[in-house]
Amino acid sequence: MEATQDRSVNRAQMQVSDEVAIQITNMNKWYGSFHVLRDIDLTVNRGERIVIAGPSGSGKSTLIRCINRLEEHQAGQIIVDGTELSSDLKNIDKVRSEVGMVFQHFNLFPHLTILENLTLAPIWVRKTPKREAEETAMYFLEKVKIPEQANKYPGQLSGGQQQRVAIARSLCMKPRIMLFDEPTSALDPEMIKEVLDTMIQLAEEGMTMLCVTHEMGFAQAVANRVIFMDQGQIVEQNEPYEFFNNPQSERTKLFLSQILGH
Amino acid sequence: MSDTHAHTVRFVRETMLPPQDPPSSQIGMVRWGRENLFDGPLNIILTVISLLVVLFLIMEMGPWFANSIWNANSLTECRQILDGASGACWGVIKDRWPQLMFGFYPPELYWRPVTALVLLFVAISPVLFPSVPKKVLYFTMVYPFLGVWLLWGGTIWGPVSVALGFVLGYVLVRATSQLSTLLSAAIVVILPILYWLFLAGPLVDALSAIAPLESQSVPSREFGGFLVSLVIGVSGIALSLPIGILLALGRQSNMPLIKYVSVIFIEFIRGVPLITLLFTASLLLNYFLPPGTNFDLILRVIIMVTLFASAYMAEVIRGGLAALPRGQYEAADALGLDYWKAQRLIIMPQALKISIPSIVSTFIGLFKDTTLVVFIGILDPIGLANATRASSDWQGIYWELFIFIGAVFFIFCFSMSRYSMSLERRLKTDHR
Repeated sequence: MEATQDRSVNRAQMQVSDEVAIQITNMNKWYGSFHVLRDIDLTVNRGERIVIAGPSGSGKSTLIRCINRLEEHQAGQIIVDGTELSSDLKNIDKVRSEVGMVFQHFNLFPHLTILENLTLAPIWVRKTPKREAEETAMYFLEKVKIPEQANKYPGQLSGGQQQRVAIARSLCMKPRIMLFDEPTSALDPEMIKEVLDTMIQLAEEGMTMLCVTHEMGFAQAVANRVIFMDQGQIVEQNEPYEFFNNPQSERTKLFLSQILGH
Repeated sequence: MSDTHAHTVRFVRETMLPPQDPPSSQIGMVRWGRENLFDGPLNIILTVISLLVVLFLIMEMGPWFANSIWNANSLTECRQILDGASGACWGVIKDRWPQLMFGFYPPELYWRPVTALVLLFVAISPVLFPSVPKKVLYFTMVYPFLGVWLLWGGTIWGPVSVALGFVLGYVLVRATSQLSTLLSAAIVVILPILYWLFLAGPLVDALSAIAPLESQSVPSREFGGFLVSLVIGVSGIALSLPIGILLALGRQSNMPLIKYVSVIFIEFIRGVPLITLLFTASLLLNYFLPPGTNFDLILRVIIMVTLFASAYMAEVIRGGLAALPRGQYEAADALGLDYWKAQRLIIMPQALKISIPSIVSTFIGLFKDTTLVVFIGILDPIGLANATRASSDWQGIYWELFIFIGAVFFIFCFSMSRYSMSLERRLKTDHR
């Protein structure tokens, strides 16, 4: 909550359209015989900011990793931007180039400079001319406030800077949906804020976002829906104010008391 | 510091301390010597013993090297000059120099292997050094065919028609890029092979009839000495890396056919001594090949050495792949890079960098293993040394030849090792 205190979040721009961005119906996934995701139904409209919370092992990361098929689902249907995810590689690559993903451990490419990290996918996937890709990259580096690091290597940056580069790297592909998989969990408290600020800025610009996070302050300030998961199922979902002040299920109450209690 | 008081907890620093030089006993040679040579009684004893051993070796070998005889045409002559003293007869190197270098390559054509060697350095320079302009890479692509023509001679259309097969492959890669990966891979592999099997031969005959561009042909049996070591070593090194990469990827493939072919190949080749493969190359292949085919012996050896080294290479690279965090694959996937682009741009540059020390070890091993060809009758430097020692002039000479051969191999291997270390430093970007 502290993270967003000193910044007034402009919710005016965050409009949700009726257009469906992601449609998940009756989706199930198993790891071997372990049933990780059970009957997931979720519709995400364009412009929605969804925070997914839950105890570890509840399947929240697996859920968003299914959306760009880093994990394969075994039953049900996932439609992203009108493209159904199946074993068809063409569809998978299409979805992946439209959906940006930010990882807990940044996963920057350590052998490339920051600028090369940002221009690689636009040049090789989108076939953007190098000059243009570099201009776009610099634009997004300005946006995440580290243009001066463009020619350094990821190993020379702090964790917070690396995560902002990772966000910029995704944005360079001009995605229509952004997935965040615990983007601040590997960061020092001081650096969490700079990453959350970047994410809030993105939300204010109307990006469709699905965010697995434990930052409840971020959820309250930005999300228009909070989803609580446990044991591979969606236990409760609500708009943030109701979710935090009036949770319905016992499991949600317990979870909230644990993480907000101290 | 001066304003701290023992009875107060409160402390505010007012002046920052400037850095100072360490005490003189803690820097330079004095410190190094104390830490590394005279650190405790055991180390002092070991240091003294080592110094004595070095001294003994110098006393023993010094005169032998100091009394080197460079001008002698036989061991007898050399011994006369030495007149009972101990000394090295380097005259043998001078006397047999052309043979040790070229074997029985026709002397009037020595310029051809020499040119090939010089051009080899030009060809590998853009691969080794980033400062060399990238345009030289075009020459690197032409070099294998040019080198073969320089060394073996014959009609120029032979290498040209083989090269055309690769051009065909490249054109097919471009043409089939819209098709599915598997189908295009099949077309790209099969059509050039059909071309080499059925079209390349008649094409050479036809072109030679039209424009007979020929140089004097030198058969493989006239190759020898370091020429043979280098030809086999360089081809083996150049071919085993890409094949090793493909095998390592094949072993990790999800497709069972590709996976098991790779696994069986790697395990079989690694489980068999190189020398058996070489004997297979020299003897058994003749039984399997259709009668009348004259499959060049050196080419057969190159194929076997390459297969042998690529099996090891595959395992070395697999180690590098295993060392990469999963997140790198995931990030590449999440950005929409397809399998080959992810491998080429993200995975391989890092996996190969991790494996540089082991890759170079494999290269060095391969280069030294080329001396094994002596057992199948190819006159590499060792084979020629044995022949020299059997000749009436130099019967009984031993150390000088093998010291020389060892020194030449050492120069090559040591350069590879030093280069790999500098490459590792250059590629070190992780700043861990």
